[in-house]
Amino acid sequence: AAPLKDTKLMDVKLGQLPSWLAMSDFTPGGIARAVRRGYDRYFNKYIDVKKGGVGGIAMVLAGYVVISYIWSYDHIKHDRHRKYH
Amino acid sequence: MNLTFFDQFASPQLMGFPLIIISMIFPTFLLPSPNSRWLTNRLTTMQLWLTKLMTKQLMSPLNKPGHKWALILSSLMILLLLTNLLGLLPYTFTPTTQLSMNMALAFPLWLATILTGLRNQPSTSLGHILPEGTPTPLIPALILIETTSQIIRPIALGVRLTANLTAGHLLIQLTSTATIALLQIFPAMSIATFTILLLLTILELAVAMIQAYVFVLLISLYLQENI
Repeated sequence: AAPLKDTKLMDVKLGQLPSWLAMSDFTPGGIARAVRRGYDRYFNKYIDVKKGGVGGIAMVLAGYVVISYIWSYDHIKHDRHRKYH
Repeated sequence: MNLTFFDQFASPQLMGFPLIIISMIFPTFLLPSPNSRWLTNRLTTMQLWLTKLMTKQLMSPLNKPGHKWALILSSLMILLLLTNLLGLLPYTFTPTTQLSMNMALAFPLWLATILTGLRNQPSTSLGHILPEGTPTPLIPALILIETTSQIIRPIALGVRLTANLTAGHLLIQLTSTATIALLQIFPAMSIATFTILLLLTILELAVAMIQAYVFVLLISLYLQENI
């Protein structure tokens, strides 16, 4: 079997998960490289194709809206049962 | 708790971490850099076409030394366009509603145009203070007025952008609150208010794009006088 460090997340067994996480690179450079890899995967799959549609960018914007909602939930939740806004 | 209408403009924070940085950096994820292929993907093609159109429009009135400003003016235009448009999505935060950010963009750029003019051609750039052919008795008053108008420019640039976007967002929030509140009391009026809301949203889309253009255009105009 390949060394634990090089296996992808989907191939890691559940018992090995803590040691896999401990071996990952959490330095700023490592995080930047991981973000870059994720961006490249998304870009090459949905945007850099011959006939890309609106879905490629719509997913990014929808994710941005969802994240903004999550970040502002603590502030917005006070408006739920308010009578006069 | 009472200021709910203006709470949307409070700079968002997550356990002390300012989220405004993410609102300002997010547009870069929507701008892929062109790779070395001959035919780029559709998104990049559209963005390159738009950038070329804008840059040609902005740079054609400028002379050769002014073309050094092409990069900063085009990237400023794209930043303002994207941040304004992204702010129209629900629950998002628009960094250009903060006066601090707009003044930070407007003031250094205006100052740079003034300093460029004073350094390279001091008498011509000072000469803009007095329009040609003014009657002699009017000269002192006119110099005061023109100097004031020069000094007001950075403040006007910053405040124009802030006020337009803030007013738009506030109107949208007010109209939508009215629509929902009227739905239980007087449904027919609610439909009218909803139509107003739709028209307002279209206006806001236009304003978002126009304000970005106006900001950069005025800076290029101040540059034309001084370079």
